[in-house]
Amino acid sequence: MIDFFVTILIISSIGAGLALVLVLCEKYVVNYGPCKVTVNDEKELDVEGGNPLLTVLRDEKIFIPSACGGRGTCGVCKCTVKTGAGPVLPTETPFLTKQELADNVRLTCQVKVRNDLSIEIPEELFNVREYETTCTKIEELTYDMRRFRFEIKGGEMIKFVAGQFVQLVCPPYKGSSEEVFRAYSVASDPADDGCIELIIRRVPNGICTTWCFDHLKEGDDVRLNGPYGDFRMSESEAPMVFVAGGSGMAPFVSILHHMRNTNSTREAKYFFGGNSIKDLCLAEQMAEFESAVPNFTFIPVVANPDAGNGWSGEAGLVTEAVQRQYPDMSGHEGYLCGSPGMIDAAAKVFTGLGMPEDKIYYDKFA
Amino acid sequence: MNGIGSEMWLALVTCFAAIFTQNILLTTFLGMCPFTSVSREVKTAAGLGAAVVFVMTFTTALNYLAYKHVLLPLELEFFRFILFIIIIAAFVQFVEMVIDRYSPKLYQNLGIFLPLITVNCAILGASLFMVIREYTFIQTIGYGFGAGVGWLLAILAMAGIRTRLNESRVPEGLRGPGITLIIAGMMALAFIGFTGVLS
Repeated sequence: MIDFFVTILIISSIGAGLALVLVLCEKYVVNYGPCKVTVNDEKELDVEGGNPLLTVLRDEKIFIPSACGGRGTCGVCKCTVKTGAGPVLPTETPFLTKQELADNVRLTCQVKVRNDLSIEIPEELFNVREYETTCTKIEELTYDMRRFRFEIKGGEMIKFVAGQFVQLVCPPYKGSSEEVFRAYSVASDPADDGCIELIIRRVPNGICTTWCFDHLKEGDDVRLNGPYGDFRMSESEAPMVFVAGGSGMAPFVSILHHMRNTNSTREAKYFFGGNSIKDLCLAEQMAEFESAVPNFTFIPVVANPDAGNGWSGEAGLVTEAVQRQYPDMSGHEGYLCGSPGMIDAAAKVFTGLGMPEDKIYYDKFA
Repeated sequence: MNGIGSEMWLALVTCFAAIFTQNILLTTFLGMCPFTSVSREVKTAAGLGAAVVFVMTFTTALNYLAYKHVLLPLELEFFRFILFIIIIAAFVQFVEMVIDRYSPKLYQNLGIFLPLITVNCAILGASLFMVIREYTFIQTIGYGFGAGVGWLLAILAMAGIRTRLNESRVPEGLRGPGITLIIAGMMALAFIGFTGVLS
């Protein structure tokens, strides 16, 4: 019995002794004192030195995306450090391109705050955070598309630009053993900042869409984070051409809300492509936008309108309809959202009609 | 040979064996994680290897002292796993803090790798082998140093090969860790060639 306690005592005292050495070391050796981190030349953060920049910023509620959690293996947590970071470490070089090295881009998990730093962070990262929401409404749009409404708990607001996307956190469920994140464009009114609406199309065997369609119910709690992305309306006044089918509709619904809110008179035509008449959706909402937004036209295009359905609109491929409407697109801007194949095909048609490549904005589904 | 002299000779032999015939990485496949992930560049691999040599030499020596003078007299040998790990972790933390503070240059070349190898199984493995093989203190130092150098040698060779691989056409599914493991296997076979050099 005595042996038992002696053993515990000895092992604990060895552990305690070593811990004491480290604590003393921490107190006297690793004491860099207070440091100042200047963000984008305007915001100054007073922080304690000695920790990696990534965690220092996280404590200040600035979330730099990182996949590995700060172990220097994913190379995602990049940011520009203008002064004070010291030489680039060998743990960083494999993840940085020549251009990034020249631009002082560093991995924030490897840069330690030892002295005053000056860093640059894209403005939109300040708004990125996680939101706890409740799914309050699920609407059937077509046989394979649904619109989900998520209300943010606790009366919090989400500030996003029409066209941006959020990541939905899909929890483990029967058939999927781990938490996954999937990106969906926001389809709601940016002015309605207490909620997020997403339009999701069922992907056969998709992990997250299967969960959304078969498991998620009204009243369930859902986590999402964002907003991300730079797909949005340009600041020019050039007439716009939107092309999207299926759930690619989402960012345009949000953009149209925004146009209505700002009384925009900019010309916009939305070509919606569907395989058959049953793929068409949100016709009523589009009609509302047509009457509320002065120069907006909604043009549904059906590839295979079966005879006898009384379809009188545009038929054939959506790109053909675009070609029929516009002989020359050199003064227009193109906005595309959908699968990479559809975007590449549409972009080719746009440039063929004279649209400069840098006037084509797109949001590819990865 | 007498006393100290023969012991030194024995330590030298142990060291040599640890580098070549009993290479800790290529014969026991310990420390594979950093070996596959940090062997993309020769310079980085050299830094990590040097850190392993340093940590292995000192921790095996420290662990030897702790084992011989604390655990054995108290008949607590079964606690060696826990004690060794605690000592390794504390030592690595301590060294990292000290060089981070006092030698930025050394920290840049060596220090940043230290946290990566705290939980490297090769480090713990060396301490455990030292007990199983009943080395003396001087032999232990020779062994710790040799095992570290052997690991350094293996990762350097791998980094050299992988730099060349950048130019070659590796089937897509094998790129990265896949081809690295296959090459490690071939290197292990090659190192078997050293068996019998020391008997």
